[in-house]
Amino acid sequence: MTLYNNIFETVRMIEKEKLDIRTITMGISLLDCIDSSGDKSRQRIYDKITGYAQNLVKVGDQIEMEYGIPIINKRIAVTPIALIASASGEDNYFEFAKILDKAAKEVGVNFIGGFSALVQKGFANGDRILIDSIPQALNETERVCSSVNIASTKAGINMDAVKLMGKIIKDTAYLSRDRDSLGCAKLVIFANAVDDNPFMAGAFHGVGEPEVVVNVGVSGPGVVKCAMEKVKGEPLHIVAENIKKTAFKITRAGQLIGNEVSNRLGVPFGILDLSLAPTPEIGDSVARILEEMGLEACGTHGTTAALAMLNDAVKKGGIMASSSVGGLSGAFIPVSEDEGMISAVQNGALTFDKLEAMTSVCSVGLDMIAVPGDTKESTISAIIADEAAIGVINNKTTAVRVIPVHGKGVGETAEFGGLLGYMPIMALNEFSSEEFINRGGRIPAPIHSFKN
Amino acid sequence: MKGIITVVGKDQVGIIHGVSKVLVDYNVSVEDINQTILKGYFTMMMLVNLANMKGEFNTFKQQLENFGEEIGISVKVQREEIFNYMHNI
Repeated sequence: MTLYNNIFETVRMIEKEKLDIRTITMGISLLDCIDSSGDKSRQRIYDKITGYAQNLVKVGDQIEMEYGIPIINKRIAVTPIALIASASGEDNYFEFAKILDKAAKEVGVNFIGGFSALVQKGFANGDRILIDSIPQALNETERVCSSVNIASTKAGINMDAVKLMGKIIKDTAYLSRDRDSLGCAKLVIFANAVDDNPFMAGAFHGVGEPEVVVNVGVSGPGVVKCAMEKVKGEPLHIVAENIKKTAFKITRAGQLIGNEVSNRLGVPFGILDLSLAPTPEIGDSVARILEEMGLEACGTHGTTAALAMLNDAVKKGGIMASSSVGGLSGAFIPVSEDEGMISAVQNGALTFDKLEAMTSVCSVGLDMIAVPGDTKESTISAIIADEAAIGVINNKTTAVRVIPVHGKGVGETAEFGGLLGYMPIMALNEFSSEEFINRGGRIPAPIHSFKN
Repeated sequence: MKGIITVVGKDQVGIIHGVSKVLVDYNVSVEDINQTILKGYFTMMMLVNLANMKGEFNTFKQQLENFGEEIGISVKVQREEIFNYMHNI
């Protein structure tokens, strides 16, 4: 009888509560594609990606059919292109972005991540060229995603890079102004970026990673929310237990699918990322979980505590369910991709500053937030600096993915479509941070980084 | 390889007959059945053995779903591992 109860529960989770595998992401090392000729390097990149990933989508679809659990995205992450393109001697890496886009289209994945640079301590020649190529790359390719790591707990914060990224974000927003500055949705600025993150837009294949690997990201905010409806009014430690048990089950589904994909593709299974990743669909929201705990609206006082408990319980539940947990692992709080967050912003419950506080306990950061198009570069840089400081001091990954929507202001709405969603433009503090950002230099690593 | 067939829908004549016919066509044997009527809704779970199945899993699945659509009920088949794996270590 237990088996049949389990079957009922699993079917309900998939059909009613939107349990799915959010992404299977193949990480591919491009280190052996480095060449003094850009053309040769790009040819090797194309051949390598289309070789390893040729069956990724087909195998993903087949497994989805057999197990009856939706696998929403199939994606690819590659070695940060700044490292690969540098030897070519070219002074613009747009052609590298184009070849990634072409390879992604050939194998049928919807995003490819790794148009990236790691500059937490300073710029190498290739890093600066890559960063300067980002606005054009994101505007003129469809599937390429970009990320830049500007800080780490070990290195501190590279404030020259912070300043530069404010300008790059504004330039990207301007170039894609006809699509509500959509280009910025494909650009993530990290502190303490991880090498094995399967989620876009921040995925890249770290240099310490194997030749090729499959990482899996699960989802399941809807399942957690439904599980919590069964413990209405109970004390919070009971709620935490309930979340743990649910996270365990979600993670097991991910582990099974990860193993199966790995076996069929003949590629090692890397990590399972335990993140609760929302979508704009009703019933797939992290904000609604927080509200289910007893908050009138996400963003009110108590939200940070509720999110901290959720994030921790998800990790505790998932960690035993998988042979290898990694990536970002926690609850994501993107605004435009979460129906409950959007509604909390619309009714005035959730402000930018509260979101920043929430990022100190969630798994990533200020994610998918539309801000006024006339926001100054230095203000964007200052937002990045604040977020990096939270990550560096607390030894965690933080990220900024803000979209200064060109030509729009507070009270208007940005529309991105699909998984990226839509959202009202949020107000920022109007006082200037310009002199602070113009200083540049570096914020040294914190005292607790000296652990050796 | 084993599978679980779940059938849920308004009770009517011929549900088990229709599902079984597809099983016979594909040479799939039934190892266990659990069936009940919940508030007028026919609910059935079948554990089936797919080891000697003749034909492809995806056409088998399609045939079951087609039968379900014909009489307005939901008929699904999934590999058994997902149910065990999610609830046990």
